[in-house]
Amino acid sequence: MSYINKPKVAHPSLPTNTLGLTRRQYEGSMSTLCAGCGHDSITAAIVEACWGLSMQPEQLVKLSGIGCSSKTTAYFVSGSHGFNSVHGRMPSIASGANAANRGLTYIGVSGDGDSLSIGIGQLVHVIRRNVNMLYLIENNGVYGLTKGQFSASADVGTKAKRGEVNATPPIDPVLLALSLGATFVARSFSGDKAQLVPLIQAGLRHNGFALIDILSPCVTFNDHEGSTKSYTFTRENYHAVIEADFVLPAEEIAVDYVAGESIPVRLHDGSRVNLRKLDPSYDPTDRSAAYAYIESKLKHHEYVTGLIHINENSATEFHSLNHTAKTPLNSIPFEKLNPGRAALDKLMGRYR
Amino acid sequence: MPNLVADSNRINDFVVKFSNVNGTGSASANSLIMKAIFRMGVPVTGKNYFPSNIQGLPTWYEIRVTRAGYAARASRVDIMVAMNAETYSKDIRELSSGGFLLYDSTWPRSAMLERGDITVVGVPLARLVNENFDGVRNRILLKNIAYAGVLAALIDVDLAVVSGLLTESYGKKPKLLDSNTKALRLGYDYVKQHLASPLPLRVEHMDKTAGHIMIDGNTAAGLGCVYAGATVGAWYPITPSTSLMDAFKGFCDRYRVDVESGERNFAILQAEDELAAVGMVLGASWNGARAFTPTSGPGISLMNEFVGLAYYAEVPCVIFDVQRVGPSTGMPTRTQQSDIMLCAYASHGDTRHILLFPANPEECFYMAVQAFDIAERLQTPVFVLSDLDIGMNDWMCPDLKWDDAYRPDRGKILSAEELAKIEKYYRYVDRDDDAITYRTLPGVSAKGAYFTRGSGHNQYGAYTEDSIEYQTVLDRLKRKFANSTQYLPRPVVIGKGSNEVGIVSLGSCDGAIREALDILGRQSIEVDYLRVKAFPFNSEVEFFLKSHATIFVVEQNRDAQLKSLLTLETAVEKSKLFSILSYSGFPMSAQPIVDGIREKLAEVPRLSAVSA
Repeated sequence: MSYINKPKVAHPSLPTNTLGLTRRQYEGSMSTLCAGCGHDSITAAIVEACWGLSMQPEQLVKLSGIGCSSKTTAYFVSGSHGFNSVHGRMPSIASGANAANRGLTYIGVSGDGDSLSIGIGQLVHVIRRNVNMLYLIENNGVYGLTKGQFSASADVGTKAKRGEVNATPPIDPVLLALSLGATFVARSFSGDKAQLVPLIQAGLRHNGFALIDILSPCVTFNDHEGSTKSYTFTRENYHAVIEADFVLPAEEIAVDYVAGESIPVRLHDGSRVNLRKLDPSYDPTDRSAAYAYIESKLKHHEYVTGLIHINENSATEFHSLNHTAKTPLNSIPFEKLNPGRAALDKLMGRYR
Repeated sequence: MPNLVADSNRINDFVVKFSNVNGTGSASANSLIMKAIFRMGVPVTGKNYFPSNIQGLPTWYEIRVTRAGYAARASRVDIMVAMNAETYSKDIRELSSGGFLLYDSTWPRSAMLERGDITVVGVPLARLVNENFDGVRNRILLKNIAYAGVLAALIDVDLAVVSGLLTESYGKKPKLLDSNTKALRLGYDYVKQHLASPLPLRVEHMDKTAGHIMIDGNTAAGLGCVYAGATVGAWYPITPSTSLMDAFKGFCDRYRVDVESGERNFAILQAEDELAAVGMVLGASWNGARAFTPTSGPGISLMNEFVGLAYYAEVPCVIFDVQRVGPSTGMPTRTQQSDIMLCAYASHGDTRHILLFPANPEECFYMAVQAFDIAERLQTPVFVLSDLDIGMNDWMCPDLKWDDAYRPDRGKILSAEELAKIEKYYRYVDRDDDAITYRTLPGVSAKGAYFTRGSGHNQYGAYTEDSIEYQTVLDRLKRKFANSTQYLPRPVVIGKGSNEVGIVSLGSCDGAIREALDILGRQSIEVDYLRVKAFPFNSEVEFFLKSHATIFVVEQNRDAQLKSLLTLETAVEKSKLFSILSYSGFPMSAQPIVDGIREKLAEVPRLSAVSA
């Protein structure tokens, strides 16, 4: 366990957001993951992101599959509904939930086993369906709960705790998402909260499917020498190419950026992401260029991080394509849904 | 030549079977004849025996003209319309003695005349059509309409009624109407000029179809989902359930699209597989929409894991299983009732599920609505077990009715106002002592937030590995299931109830059993009949089982699944249950039931008095 159970009382001097809520009010139940687990840092970043967005807790819906990562939805925003489903099948729950109520904000938390092995079919199709949600992959290269087997994201040559070396090539979730046409693709590191928080905020506000692959070392089974997903290896090899600053509409005036070095992207709700290019040659709005760039760096074990690709102008979001009513389907009055007796009587003529 | 004097016993009581090649457009000609007979006020059934194929394989369609209004398939063929040269020999063998064979005599087949007990009627259909129409595809299609014209003349179908149907279909396409009418007359006039007609088997106007429709169960179920207020449908295409979602979509396009904005008050998700389809239903139902998925046996096999989650986490879920022949891929276009046990106990661990058993399309409509009420009242999966025979064949049913006073039973859902009044909300606390707990919907109030999980949980919704806490929830689920019968449709009982012999059955066996009861009754064998409409079984089922000394369990599978369920879930003595099974893949007919009962009663001396 990472923490002792903190009392739910907040100090009066804690800063509040525009709803008058403190960060403590975005926390969840106590984590049961190992001390030092990267996933807990991600949980903290989610808390920070939601607090910063002044999100109404009940407007958030938390979804997950099975695994260490999937447990974490219980550890943040206890005022929102959570659905811890079955292994690898969270995307279908999210798709159905989103179909029923397009008015809420959906965050799915998954892992590399949950998303890239048992659940890769559902991940692929939720991207294709372009369901409006933020999907986090807490990627550590191993199965933690079953004690350290390689996952499908384990690199060739990486060494397991017991010495076994992985020979099977990995599936990279970022390349996968890019190839499928995902409209928001990012990568980050659990140990880089400054980078992670604005990415989560932008992903929550993006209109469509947003994927963030987060390298999140497993302190128990994958943090040793020879592992390519350890804290040390990740710190040495991750390579921030685009820094994203998330800007709420109200804060816009205060933010300054130098033209040419940054790309401002307007999100559908009026907020903005400022992308600062650390590599001047990189263009995050060009999907094929992004793919080639990421792939070239991966060859040298370099993990490119930041907001790798964004396309805010896509019209393929699920409800846009479906022409779904603006009123959430679960709130449409029965009288509007039921054609009534007269219509049925009339319809009978078709079957005589 | 046969004696053409009308036999009053055969008027409005005979079977026509059409033998065709799949993909040649024969279905419209066959249904044209069926609908015309229906419009003449004569009850009919239409059964389609088609291959799992798009084009080229043999396919059959069977119309039973039944003045008594029987719903089952008859086990005889009086007129064979043999339009598939590849199956001639099989089709001729199948024709009942004294029957008539209609074939295309453009290519005479003298070998067919070998059977002396049938009458061969030859019409040079291909020649007639080729002389009058151009284009290969056009000729193939219109040859079907031409044989419909032949048949209309032979069995005396009112030509004005047939023409009326053609006008309804092609009224807006004058060219098609002209060619179809011409083809119909080609066949009809040929018979009138060259052959003696009508045959002794013929149709006469009646008045027994008023207030009735011809509809298939999948269409009726899809319509029921619209009337129930379902807004989310998720599915993966699979025969024979696909037409249920097609129907839902069609009705939604008609009734659920805002005229001004074009906005849709529904969402249909074609999933990547059945696992995802049922997952979407769970997600949508959990989020407060009425959601459903139609599937068949292989889909149910895939859905098992999620069904267990829905049972344990108490998420409403409506699943239509239009059963087909298993095991495995089986025969996808043939009918069976072989998913009863699969659905009753779907998923690992201790799980039991509510099953509804519609017997015909009319019940598919009403049970679709009931299924949502039950699923939301009890917060659990509900399976509607239809089958291919009900789902894909046209049945004559009373007009579907709707009461505008109906409001859906959404079950126990706390509103923001109700949540504000309580001190603290817990998801699985049995506040009303009826084993049904209160749920809340996302987006309503932070106070109602809870964590849904398939892992061990206590009544407060928290994770647990404590035996007592775990058992408290599991025992309540058992009570909830036992109490559920009050919300389920009651069985149908026919007969005095005091007879020594009874039949217990379900679903689409109903038509065959009712006909068998009539036949047995004429032989002075009195049998009571109970049809279960739902599982778990209620006290009326228990009483029927207890009060009958010999019980025949009639069902359409090899392993006597209903009988197994009765022995597991009621107090009935196994030794007094006898199975009558049909698992050929074709819909059941009355004769095997009559034979099965007579044979068994003859074996049991004590009961022979009953049949004397």
